[in-house]
Amino acid sequence: MHAETKQHDFEPKIVAFVCTWCTYAGADLAGTSRMQYPSNVRVLKFPCTGRIDPVFILRAFQKGADGVLVSGCHPGDCHYMAGNFHARRRFAAFRALLSFVGVDLNRLQFSWVSAAEGGKWVDVVTELTERVRTMGPMPEFKELEHEEQWSTFAGASADKVLNSPELKEAYDSIG
Amino acid sequence: MSRIGVFVCHCGENISRTVDVEQVAKAAGEIPGVAYSCDYKYMCSDPGQTLLKKAVAEHKLDGVLVAACSPRMHEKTFRKAAEAAGLNPYLCEMANIREHCSWVHEDRGMATAKAKDIVKLMVERVRKGKSLAPITVPVTKRALVIGGGIAGIQAALDIADAGHKVVLVERDPSIGGHMAQLSETFPTLDCSQCIMTPKMVDVANHPNITLFTYSEIEKVEGYIGNFQVTVKHKARSVDEKKCTGCGVCMTKCPKKKIPNEFDQGHGMRPAIYVPFPQAVPNTPVIDRENCTMFQSGKCGVCAKVCGPGAVDYEQKDTFTVEDVGAIVVATGFKLYTIDRKPEGSPIQGYGEFGYGTIPDIIDGMTFERLASASGPTGGKILRPSDGKEPKQVVFIQCVGSRAREKGISYCSKVCCMYTAKHTMLYHHKVHDGQAYVFFMDARTPGKGYDEFWRRAVEEEEAVYIRGMVSRMYQRGDKIVVMGSDIQVGTQVEIEADLVVLATAVQPQDGADLLAQKLGISYDKYNFYSEAHAKLKPVECATAGIYLAGACQGPKDIPDTVSQASAAAAKVMTLFAKDQLERDPVVAKVNEKYCVGCFACKKVCAYGAIEEKEIRDRQGNLVKKVAYVNPGVCGGCGTCQATCPSKSIELDGYTDEQIMAMIEAL
Repeated sequence: MHAETKQHDFEPKIVAFVCTWCTYAGADLAGTSRMQYPSNVRVLKFPCTGRIDPVFILRAFQKGADGVLVSGCHPGDCHYMAGNFHARRRFAAFRALLSFVGVDLNRLQFSWVSAAEGGKWVDVVTELTERVRTMGPMPEFKELEHEEQWSTFAGASADKVLNSPELKEAYDSIG
Repeated sequence: MSRIGVFVCHCGENISRTVDVEQVAKAAGEIPGVAYSCDYKYMCSDPGQTLLKKAVAEHKLDGVLVAACSPRMHEKTFRKAAEAAGLNPYLCEMANIREHCSWVHEDRGMATAKAKDIVKLMVERVRKGKSLAPITVPVTKRALVIGGGIAGIQAALDIADAGHKVVLVERDPSIGGHMAQLSETFPTLDCSQCIMTPKMVDVANHPNITLFTYSEIEKVEGYIGNFQVTVKHKARSVDEKKCTGCGVCMTKCPKKKIPNEFDQGHGMRPAIYVPFPQAVPNTPVIDRENCTMFQSGKCGVCAKVCGPGAVDYEQKDTFTVEDVGAIVVATGFKLYTIDRKPEGSPIQGYGEFGYGTIPDIIDGMTFERLASASGPTGGKILRPSDGKEPKQVVFIQCVGSRAREKGISYCSKVCCMYTAKHTMLYHHKVHDGQAYVFFMDARTPGKGYDEFWRRAVEEEEAVYIRGMVSRMYQRGDKIVVMGSDIQVGTQVEIEADLVVLATAVQPQDGADLLAQKLGISYDKYNFYSEAHAKLKPVECATAGIYLAGACQGPKDIPDTVSQASAAAAKVMTLFAKDQLERDPVVAKVNEKYCVGCFACKKVCAYGAIEEKEIRDRQGNLVKKVAYVNPGVCGGCGTCQATCPSKSIELDGYTDEQIMAMIEAL
């Protein structure tokens, strides 16, 4: 298999949240098997998909991800017995919320990739990358980052928010 | 953490071929907080590790990131090196720029950019990392071996001989497995029963071994050093303590025409039976589906003739919980059934071979039984349909194996050798008979193996035809075998009296279900996965669980026995310590913020979360909070993602660390 070296106008940023036991190992297998896939993906390792807080996904979109992949062990194969079931439930609800706030769900992919499925990892990553590439960049969340209420915790504008007249008034009324 | 060191590895050329490692090291050096960065040809080598240790001391580093291979490969190596340099090992992390970058991308520019990003993310992880101390837990020095074939027997005997207690659990009524079914073994033509049965007796008599036959694993809880395994003891309907093994019940049972599984359905057994005369334990079991007493309530002959009164129709399945510190999985294999497509399986059948419809087409294990002195024909080679001695026998190799289009791409490893053995056994017993073998390649690596195969071809007159068989059908009392001979380049047609198929070796039925109970991984064929193909061939990725025999992949007897002894050695290594150090990746509760909703308790698969009462000085209850038992916590972090007040945190994967990594995207 050889990677396509042709130039694209848009290189999407794909973030993958994966569990260490199945998908991370599957991605390792893709490596040891020298399979090729687009280099757009950045992998963040978790012990289990159950550890993945939906907030991480929101934050990834906000920090510039154009597509997010969440991948763990197949149902029933969880190293921690049931973590992926909790993740599945959580993300089923989260998808509905995300769709409600206006995110195209094609940017968010859930999959099960086992430690033996190097080929599936390649397929999943390639498919998502190419899909997001045709969709173009995702500006919505990034713009929100510049607004104060979103970046309070980023630090720089925290003082501005905390010292706003509205908040002062509110504090005074409590006192 | 303000003084981080970044060490970028070339991995010979494995990384540097597609990633500009010098640029990666240079870019890493420019990240705020990185006090030192460098690249080196082999970071994992002794000079590489020395370089790391020296840099820690010289530059007063308080965190280390090694950008190299997968952490699954060398995380331990570098954490040890960091520890030797005086750092807390958990402040050493790895950025995977080999498996996840250099090996999977060809464009140098893109791969280098990705490697820089990976390093940037991981630097944040190191920056927010915390020193952690390993957790010590006691080790229960008692092992569980699952499966009573040669692999399980060998592992159990080795561990027991080392002075540790062993529980051996076997699904069938007797231990022995497939090896007990074989007639002779290659390459020495030893009688299989003669070398197997003494070992079976050793198991039964060993003071350190508790043997549970006709039992299955119901549930597995706990972790390395401290497993709690629930074993289901299926109702035998015969009291093992009372039964003397006299066998009167079997001779008196009126229902005697049940196909015997041990003889591959070619011999008959009664409804109350032992699978074979040398069975261990020699206690019969009632096959309730075929027993008249259980089906119609009228018979009871076996109970009447049993002197000690051991037959008990009321017996029920019982359960025991066994505390063990290590588990050896040795569940073995089954042979591929080729006549039909197994339900729900991607594997295609071999309808064109007529197996299952033509009685004289049999598989290798059935031939073993026909050739065995204890088999249904008393060791005479007689074909199943009419009991005549076959004069032309065709053996077909690679049936199912190495056939991608049929769903199995692997080589079953033992068939070349056992087919060569079969031709010899046949030639020894039917002097005027002729054996033909259709084969793709003869794969005979192993001590004395090629010599054995050559003997079959050169001295024992087996005719080897390189080519495959396309179709077989019955003509009169013969089977017409149509195939090709690719060396001569012609079609071949042989009229055979008997056809023996070397069908593929597959994992046992239910191997996937057992893996799910144990929490170990398996491949797409259901063979169990070892932790590392080369360096950890007997360990599972799940600590404390080891593999032996054909459940991990097709294996012959010498390889199986070697692996079983290796697994036993690993168990003994574990048992050599009284206390075990565990990875401190466990959840902790911030009692200040916890409101005691116990959402975490509901999602915890380990039952590690308890309710703790916080009281003031007068002893009045202030509030209830969650408490995580670190010895029981598995470290999945589901509780943390669930906690509404963010007051529970998994060490090593804190929100702060992950958020910092996302910020660095």
